[in-house]
Amino acid sequence: MSKTAVRLKYACDLDKSVLLNNFEARGWIAVGPEDDWNFYWANVGTIRNVFSVENGYRLQDDQVINHFPNHLELTRKDLMVKNIKRYRKDLDKDNNPLAEKDETGRYIYLDFVPQTYMLPGDYNLFVEEFRKNPNTTWIMKPSGKARGIGIFLVNKLSQLKKWSRDSKTNNFVPPSSKETYVISKYIDNPLLIGGKKFDLRLYVLVTSFRPLKCYMYRLGFCRFCTVKYNANVNDIDNMFVHLTNVSIQKQGEDYNAVHGGKWTVSNLRLYLESTRGKDVTDKLFDEIDWLIVHSLKAVSGVISNDRHCFECYGYDIIIDDNMKPWLIEVNASPSLTSTTSSDRILKYKLINDVINIVIPPGEMPDVRWTKVPQRDVLGNFYVLYDEDLAQSDPMTLDPKNKVGPGALGNRAKDAKGRPSPATWK
Amino acid sequence: MGELLFSQWYVQNLIQFLKSSQIYTDLQHAAQHEVSKPSIRLSELKKGVQNGLNSSGWDRKLKNAIYTYLQTHSRLSPNAAPSDHLKEPLLYLRKAQQAWEKRILKSLNSMCTELNIPLARKRPEKEQKDLLTRWTELSVDGPDLSQIRPVYAPKDFLEVIMSLQNPNYNNGETPGFYNMWGIIQVPLKVKDVNKLRLLFSEMSINQCQTGIDDHSDIPTELFDNDRMKLGRKVIAANHGPLSQEYAKKGCPFSLRAEIWTQIMGINTDDLDVMYYEQLKFNVSQHDLLVDSLLYKDVKLTATNDDQYFVFEDYLYQILLPFSRDTVVLEHFAQNSASPPKSYIRGKLGVEEFSVIYPPNGVIPFHGFAMYVVPLCFLYQDPIKLYYVFREMYVRYFFRLHSISSHPQGIVGLSLLFETLLQTHEAELFFYLKSVGCQPLKIAFKWLVRAFSGYLSADQVLLLWDRILASNSLEVLSVLAVAIFTFRKTNLMKVQSYNAAEAVLADLTTLEVIPLIQLSLFSK
Repeated sequence: MSKTAVRLKYACDLDKSVLLNNFEARGWIAVGPEDDWNFYWANVGTIRNVFSVENGYRLQDDQVINHFPNHLELTRKDLMVKNIKRYRKDLDKDNNPLAEKDETGRYIYLDFVPQTYMLPGDYNLFVEEFRKNPNTTWIMKPSGKARGIGIFLVNKLSQLKKWSRDSKTNNFVPPSSKETYVISKYIDNPLLIGGKKFDLRLYVLVTSFRPLKCYMYRLGFCRFCTVKYNANVNDIDNMFVHLTNVSIQKQGEDYNAVHGGKWTVSNLRLYLESTRGKDVTDKLFDEIDWLIVHSLKAVSGVISNDRHCFECYGYDIIIDDNMKPWLIEVNASPSLTSTTSSDRILKYKLINDVINIVIPPGEMPDVRWTKVPQRDVLGNFYVLYDEDLAQSDPMTLDPKNKVGPGALGNRAKDAKGRPSPATWK
Repeated sequence: MGELLFSQWYVQNLIQFLKSSQIYTDLQHAAQHEVSKPSIRLSELKKGVQNGLNSSGWDRKLKNAIYTYLQTHSRLSPNAAPSDHLKEPLLYLRKAQQAWEKRILKSLNSMCTELNIPLARKRPEKEQKDLLTRWTELSVDGPDLSQIRPVYAPKDFLEVIMSLQNPNYNNGETPGFYNMWGIIQVPLKVKDVNKLRLLFSEMSINQCQTGIDDHSDIPTELFDNDRMKLGRKVIAANHGPLSQEYAKKGCPFSLRAEIWTQIMGINTDDLDVMYYEQLKFNVSQHDLLVDSLLYKDVKLTATNDDQYFVFEDYLYQILLPFSRDTVVLEHFAQNSASPPKSYIRGKLGVEEFSVIYPPNGVIPFHGFAMYVVPLCFLYQDPIKLYYVFREMYVRYFFRLHSISSHPQGIVGLSLLFETLLQTHEAELFFYLKSVGCQPLKIAFKWLVRAFSGYLSADQVLLLWDRILASNSLEVLSVLAVAIFTFRKTNLMKVQSYNAAEAVLADLTTLEVIPLIQLSLFSK
């Protein structure tokens, strides 16, 4: 495999060293986005133009790009929740065992997103729910913004009324999709380590939605709040307690530049296995894989599955003190800025492994390719789910293990009874 | 003195110890409970009670108590020598240790004078309350540390150890044949590789190990499952020697916490909880200068460590009570060091006004917090964590920073490292020596910290498994040699001390068990 034999042309919208160093290490040639590139690392803004109807640009067979045209179905908070809700309803209609509910009406296997409403659209539904459980805290997020911008906590209806009054008087613009908010139940019983709250940032690579082919990166990390977690509502205004985004934490005075509040997932595993046991820990990580696969399946019908596209998502997950993982949101352009040196190494490796999976090493991109990479190029990724492989796998052909979601469903039941390796992989 | 007399004396001491410990009254209660059972027949009273105690698990508890005693009390005859000879039989090492202690204390006192702060002061009531309310988040609003500096670092201590000379071994001015090749000039008997092989025979290459054989690419679920099954059985048996035997091949993550407490006989009952609360209260009462030293140490080490920073608050909850714990003083009976003394103001040098300072007799140095941090991965409960750390300290870690001739003291470990390297990596040793890089100058800090902070946390724990299992620190020297062997190719190219140090700067990717196996069993 001589990488030098094929010199790809690449275009890149982002001036990030972890990207450029990777391209240069491969001996690729930099070209502009207007030129004939083979590989384009675009930012989410550009992607709309590349695929716009007026543009009329037709991608060639030897061109790949790092976003799906309508990734927003997954990466905008309101759309993601809408799609997951619909996915569950559809399964329910088909009487799929996956959509089984418990006596309180909760989905047993698919309850992995905190209860969420769209505002202003779902305002009445939200008020009804709020009145049922007046002592819960909710978190308001603008649906189209990232990195902790515009987020605040609500535990009284009056706060919400005041907010809606303020935003109305301030500007008389009609409510466009940009101004919609999602309001979600705040996970007020997070798992604490060393008394501190954290969330997980996991990287997931998708090379195709139909059939679904996705990969999980082993080197995810936990992001810790610098301030001790305190469930006391008086602390509601101190956002450092609640938000684990590094962009927010960096403003806090206790931010440590050496480790940036980041802890590797392997440390998390060591800690959880040591203090809570192997079975509990395996179950947790299994459930995380599970929720990621289903979040992707939930959008696989609506994403325009362009063969030229791949995408590396940043999944944000919070674990509660019952060791249940919750999907908070999915980012289409996880930060490639490196805050620390180990961060830089991690992100460099990430991009390297992404490229190896997307383009067979030593070859030109070819969208007619089966997209089944060799085992040895996976690097730190492992196959999370491959619908093609799952269907040809004798395990899942067994009549008891139905293909597709059915196979996944059986796994969930296994996991409840006894710890079993995730056979559905 | 006959062997018999000695064992009689030892057993008497053991019985005395048991009688004064809690297990005695517990056993008595349990026996009374057995007697009052209606099933007991008067004619077979003794047998009945004994059977009852056995079946309710008391024999195990008694055996564990005896085992813990055997592990922690040296089998040296008391009549052979006066007590300071028991601490350290060699006069010149004893004197060196005393001089070193004097130096530490002097530097501590001069820091007090310089900064105009007392060694100890009583906290005002408001501050006491405040400290207790902030107990679980002491990392926020700590004391002002800008003027505080560590009393000493491992490299200062290394200088002292390098200067140690046996006065009976002096061959004058000329550096001749009798000079030793390494930087340790103290002739002590250390184990050779054959003895080490025996000591660590369970680690030999033909034996499956947790930490290797459960992680490799070949499907090894069989080994892993067997190991877990066996481990659960061992834990259920609750018998110290069994757990220790099990740990020889390493503990799986999820069983380690329990296995370790069984090996060391730590139960953390109500009394222990109360005792810890008392220590915590004592911390709130007085502000000690060592607190600032401990704070400073945590801030300099753990706070900036990407593996350990999450545990910062736990460290204060362990280290501050530790400095108040007078039970720690008991270990000085076997330690060549003696607890430092200070005097009540104005009574300098008057013996009846002397107090041990700090109350546990241990002055922390740069990196002290590293003895605690790996344990934070194992115990969520700070009280359990506290007792495990204390036991580890009084059994092992104190030897890593006091001068003694004990085979597991830092001098012995350093010499073991040098001797092994000279014997088995002669070429490498002499090459490094010739470019002005004595290997021990690099390895010393690893040894002093028992590798904590240098390796990744899971590897430190696998290493410490072996310390507990063999009841010996010698595995540290073996690993240090193994690391030099492993990086030999690059080390043979260096031209300076700094270059050698750079080759060995990052050890976080190493897997320690295969390395130890290689260096012990491959030749």
